Amino acid sequence: MKDLTFGTILAVFEEIFGRGLFWTMVVAAVVVTVAYVYVLIRDHSISWRKFLLAQLSMPVGSVAAIWFVLAMTNSKLSNLGGPVDIIVFLGIAGVGAIGTAILVYTIQSLIRPRQ
Amino acid sequence: MKLNLNRRQMLSLAAGGAALAATGAANTVQAQVATKARIVIIGAGAGGTALANRLVARLDGAEITLIDPRVDHLYQPGLSLVAAGLKPANYVVSRTADWLPKGVTLVAEAAAAIDPVAKTVSTASGQSIGYDFLVVAPGLVLDHDAIEGFSLDMVGQNGIGALYAGPQYAAATWKAAQAYTETGGVGLFTRPATEMKCAGAPLKHTFLIEDIARTAGTRGKLDVHYMANNDSLFGVPIVSEKVRMLFGDRGITPEYSHVLKSLDAGAKTATFDTPTGPVTHEYDYIHVIPPQRAPEVIRQSGLNWADKWTDQGWVECDKATLRHLRYDTIWALGDVAGVPKGKTAASVKWQVPVVEDGLVAAIEGRDPTETYNGYTSCPMITRVGRAMLIEFDYNNNLTPSFPGIIAPLEELWISWLMKEVALKATYNAMLRGRA
Repeated sequence: MKDLTFGTILAVFEEIFGRGLFWTMVVAAVVVTVAYVYVLIRDHSISWRKFLLAQLSMPVGSVAAIWFVLAMTNSKLSNLGGPVDIIVFLGIAGVGAIGTAILVYTIQSLIRPRQ
Repeated sequence: MKLNLNRRQMLSLAAGGAALAATGAANTVQAQVATKARIVIIGAGAGGTALANRLVARLDGAEITLIDPRVDHLYQPGLSLVAAGLKPANYVVSRTADWLPKGVTLVAEAAAAIDPVAKTVSTASGQSIGYDFLVVAPGLVLDHDAIEGFSLDMVGQNGIGALYAGPQYAAATWKAAQAYTETGGVGLFTRPATEMKCAGAPLKHTFLIEDIARTAGTRGKLDVHYMANNDSLFGVPIVSEKVRMLFGDRGITPEYSHVLKSLDAGAKTATFDTPTGPVTHEYDYIHVIPPQRAPEVIRQSGLNWADKWTDQGWVECDKATLRHLRYDTIWALGDVAGVPKGKTAASVKWQVPVVEDGLVAAIEGRDPTETYNGYTSCPMITRVGRAMLIEFDYNNNLTPSFPGIIAPLEELWISWLMKEVALKATYNAMLRGRA
């Protein structure tokens, strides 16, 4: 890669999704994250009941993320060929799991503020 | 559990995030160079378009003209995916004009003659365009007529494929190749003896069709032969050895020094030039890649090498600066450049900043600083879902972008993901001058 700067990466992501969709996704991610921090601060505590459901949703999120990537790229599990593939695979699963957990927790907190 | 964040802290956190995003979004802005130079670029393909976009950002007041009759812009790295049924034909097609920046002139005609002494380019309609600096980037010509008995209207029928010829031919190639994966028989996968764009593509097509048959459960019916033009399978020796081993694993038979000369579509036989004379093989599927040459205008204008590639006519230029060796106001860019490697889009990505620097340096009257080291990249697809990210330079050294992370000679999913997801995006970003 020549000149692999942040600007290049941004340009590439804009091309992958289209400028509109990419920035919509960035905004959505920021909104969910800010909402998550907001409910944490507002409630001054983590609700372990809500966190339990969030945790339960994590496997669903990780499988969904992997399924999405495989389907979008004409790939199958048997294509994983080396250590870096396993790391990427686990990374996708991890991002899916954590993203879903944050989303589920935030939605619960916004719908049913304090229990 | 208590969190020790108050509202003010949260606000500063959010502000910090926004500041970070803003820093990233701002592109590095170089000071513009004021000039009245007339710059003509022959060709609005990958090289010409990317260069035009970068020059517009870099120069203030330059008069930039592109000469190219092609209405459609082709994302050529996608053709092997189309020919394997993985993408539709329109995946590779966009419009030339859509990629060009404001403030440049597109002359939608072919360049008919270049006068490097008078510094003019004549177009097909007889228009004469003067220049101070000229970039020659018209791409190359596929010489289909050089294969006796072959014509493009045969592609897609009777087991004949030719994916290089364009999107519709790549799609037709898949029709013929798909039928071959079902019915089986002898498959001959050829490549020309000339310099060629993306020397990995003939191998990719071989690997992909073999893999698709394997997945379909029909592999046993296929007898797959790769017809190498010389005694190696790839120009870089270490890669050639790796491909030889993969062929061994996959049951693909390499036939060395077999250059396709003619074919008889009725009898389904192909004749190859070999060191021991012509040899004829029967086939059920044949993939034809014709000899490749510089466009006629290069040779007629005397810009080509006199003592190298005499049958092909590539532009005589310095392999590090890409500047013409006899005319210092001319640069070669992309497929047409007479350099030992580098007929890929990835090479163009490395060459464009070199030509840009050469031009701007000439305008400013300083010495250029950028050089091209022959960088060429080939995401060598070995299966649907796996590829080897092979990168190399003039010296046949491997030049991995991610050393220690993505092994160049290993078949990896991540390399496939990059080809599937990031490659076209990077290419498009390059066209816009942003990568």
